[in-house]
Amino acid sequence: MAHSSMAASTAGASPRRPLAGAGTSRWGEKVIKTFLALCAAFSILVTTGIVISLVVPTVNFFGQIPLVEFLTGTTWAPAFANPSFGVLPIVVGTLIVVVTALAVAIPVGLASAIYLSEYASSRVRKVVKPALEVLEGIPTVAIGLFAFFFMRPLAERYLPFLPWDTPFSIGIAGVAVGLLIVPLVASVSEDAMRSVPAGLREGAYALGASKMRVSMRVIFPAAISGIIAAVVLGTSRAIGETMVVLIAAGAGNPNLTFNWFGSAQTMTAYIGGTATGDISQGTVVYDTIFAVGALLFTMTLTMNIIATRLVRRFREVYE
Amino acid sequence: MPDNSGHETTGTAPGTTGTAPGTAPGGVGTASPDEVPVFELGDVSVSYNGNPALAGVTMDIGAKEITAFIGPSGCGKSTLLRSLNRMNDLIPGARVRGELLYKGTDLYGASVDAVQVRKRIGMVFQKPNPFPKSIYDNVAFGPRTVGMKGSMDEIVEKALRGAALWEEVSDRLRESAYSLSGGQQQRLCIARAIAVEPDVILMDEPCSALDPISTVRVEDLMAELKNHYSIVIVTHNMHQAARVADRTAFFSVQVDDTGRRIGQLIEADETGTIFTKPTDKRTEDYISGRVG
Amino acid sequence: MVIQKGKQPQRARLAVAGARNATESVFGASSRADRIGNVLFRSLLLLGMGFALLGMVSIIVWSFVDGAPRLDMNLITAGPSSITPETAGYRTAILGSLYVIGGVILFIVPVGVGAAVYLEEYADQTRWWNRLIEVNIQNLAAVPSIVFGILGLAFIVRGPLDLGFVAAAGSLTLSLLVLPTVILASREAIRAVPPSTRLGSLGLGATQWQTIWHHVLPGALPGIITGVILSVSRAIGEAAPLLLVGAVTFVMFDPSFFEGQFSVLPVQIFNYAGRPQEEFRVLASAGVILMLAVLLVMNSFAIWLRNHYENKNAR
Repeated sequence: MAHSSMAASTAGASPRRPLAGAGTSRWGEKVIKTFLALCAAFSILVTTGIVISLVVPTVNFFGQIPLVEFLTGTTWAPAFANPSFGVLPIVVGTLIVVVTALAVAIPVGLASAIYLSEYASSRVRKVVKPALEVLEGIPTVAIGLFAFFFMRPLAERYLPFLPWDTPFSIGIAGVAVGLLIVPLVASVSEDAMRSVPAGLREGAYALGASKMRVSMRVIFPAAISGIIAAVVLGTSRAIGETMVVLIAAGAGNPNLTFNWFGSAQTMTAYIGGTATGDISQGTVVYDTIFAVGALLFTMTLTMNIIATRLVRRFREVYE
Repeated sequence: MPDNSGHETTGTAPGTTGTAPGTAPGGVGTASPDEVPVFELGDVSVSYNGNPALAGVTMDIGAKEITAFIGPSGCGKSTLLRSLNRMNDLIPGARVRGELLYKGTDLYGASVDAVQVRKRIGMVFQKPNPFPKSIYDNVAFGPRTVGMKGSMDEIVEKALRGAALWEEVSDRLRESAYSLSGGQQQRLCIARAIAVEPDVILMDEPCSALDPISTVRVEDLMAELKNHYSIVIVTHNMHQAARVADRTAFFSVQVDDTGRRIGQLIEADETGTIFTKPTDKRTEDYISGRVG
Repeated sequence: MVIQKGKQPQRARLAVAGARNATESVFGASSRADRIGNVLFRSLLLLGMGFALLGMVSIIVWSFVDGAPRLDMNLITAGPSSITPETAGYRTAILGSLYVIGGVILFIVPVGVGAAVYLEEYADQTRWWNRLIEVNIQNLAAVPSIVFGILGLAFIVRGPLDLGFVAAAGSLTLSLLVLPTVILASREAIRAVPPSTRLGSLGLGATQWQTIWHHVLPGALPGIITGVILSVSRAIGEAAPLLLVGAVTFVMFDPSFFEGQFSVLPVQIFNYAGRPQEEFRVLASAGVILMLAVLLVMNSFAIWLRNHYENKNAR
């Protein structure tokens, strides 16, 4: 405020600049604008860097291991004396984690979102929303420890008849990842529900609809694009989650397995676990990190593109 | 006076001003079975978080006719309308006091379910608010909610015909309601409201977001609807009240000793009387455009 | 125009009194099935939300109970050890985290806010390159963190930058990871500044940058700060990408930014947790308490700062 009033009061006293050609004295503005544009363009550089860093070693990798063998093989043992490079076991590991996590996060996250958006008083909302934010901020290492040292023993104690063969369980890791993405799913879908125009809510209530009906038949469908986005974002996080799986699911099994209760590796856990070991550059094992990373990147990117399309289609229908 | 604009409703009034109140009890016109008012209000006041918005309203609202609430903004006319089907329940901190009877039943009685109230007393809003669904599903939403028996197709068609929209949309019932024009959307909302066969339809400035041509269509529709429903309409447009309403209630804002602005009912009477021979000076000032 | 006159029976309150008795109670409560359905639905919602809150509380309580025996000074002042878990601590890891996070803040604040200002205030959305940047940032925000580790390994540790396995490499890697979050949060905050503020300033003859610097950024500051703090908290807890850029776990000497081995708190916790002895598990849990405490302090700080600026703006 102080600045602008000063400029106004001195304008009368100082000689005015000619209207035309004033641009020549705006070098500062141009430099600033260029700097800001570079900041924005930097993100393109990052993406390019990711793609190059993945593609070069991956091409190298597929020079030695046929693509078909990689994508269809059912034994994943790159570091064994007799190595095998079938990626399916760790893809299945990732799938188990994602499906389990979504089975936890979709009902829990959406229930929380609907409650917060349609039912909760402002007092309840004021307590619960920051609490969910705290949950979102808990480091994944902590959640991994919780899954491994608390959830897994607890599960064995109360469900002893299930086949808990090792201290590790990919399924328990999946449940923990589910807990981890609940706040994300809840907050994004709650935002979507709250941004549904109040008029729709009133219109439905005025027809004698109960709260449940308004929530499920009006608010939920109207917010569906945001809810789908929430679920897709959650899925993306679950695919990419590393530490929880690394801690709670163990080193895994080279063979393809769907055993929910046993140890298994995911794509991310393989990358993280291998990188901590002493692997020298230039070996095939080193390159597998990048090949698996490329697969991971492709999967999440494809999903994001599909999600963007889906959201856009719903928008077209409703607006 | 704006009354002489060619509308029959008010056109009759000036000639019979003196007799209008007197003729009514004699039961001119049809032998209406609805001698009972739909709403009886006794000293109703509404407050938000302890701040009174409207106080001391006592009036009856008749069945099978159109009652208009008029008055300057902030006079509490919308607030009163929303307390007639308990939409105020949805606003935290809103409180309704006094006696508010619907056909003799206390609307705010302990055993009364607000959801049930709204099934009988429908509402149409200022801004058309169709659901982001197909035209068909918009109309079918209410009947499905209430669990109405019978063919849904017939119910939907009947409601759309009732709202004078059937001819325009019968060939595209599956299209999104958002593909309709603003006026059509508002008539769709009216169709949606009458699909559940309510007793009363409350309309909160239903034409304020519409162009003049759409407004005329909605007003014509209201005139037809009053054969089957009791209608209460809030409008900021005096001419509209004069055109469509049988009875009109004028509200105004009073400032009390503490400087709070509280809405009040000034007078309610036959529309003709209100517009030609109001009892209260404030009504006269407002009608003649000196205030508000 | 179609309104017939005369259907206006006069209603007296007296006449009604009798009729009222004849009217049966018209508003019975909803049907039993309806009521049960609604109660059940509400209970399910509460159950779901309760599960989420219970999970959160359990994690925190469990770490505190499990790690309580090792809440001592050694935890902060002692270096790591693989032999004596009873006296080992997080000294070098804490220092490593401080270096890494310091670097992250120095990088993401100017670049993140700069990008947000450009996209909100300067960029012409009809140009394909501006739209590309936007889509790109959204996609980057969803790239798994471990992939950033791969980028760090290939481009920062090795390759063009060739920094080696040092704290600076970890710092830069994490900066790239949280940059999209900072940009998205800052854009929201800038967008929330009312257009009238800009017009008012431009109308007085201020240049675009003067308008942004004196009016838009101060208004957006609380939102920007919140975004930055949330991003930094995420960076503090992030371990996966650092595994790839060499956050070696047993660093015996205090680290520096550009030289020598480094580790960070979450990676050190991860490593302790992987050791078989019971004492290391306790040590790991104590480390979690440490991390949770730092995050809690930071979030409180964010809220305090936000309130402070909101008050100042209101004045």
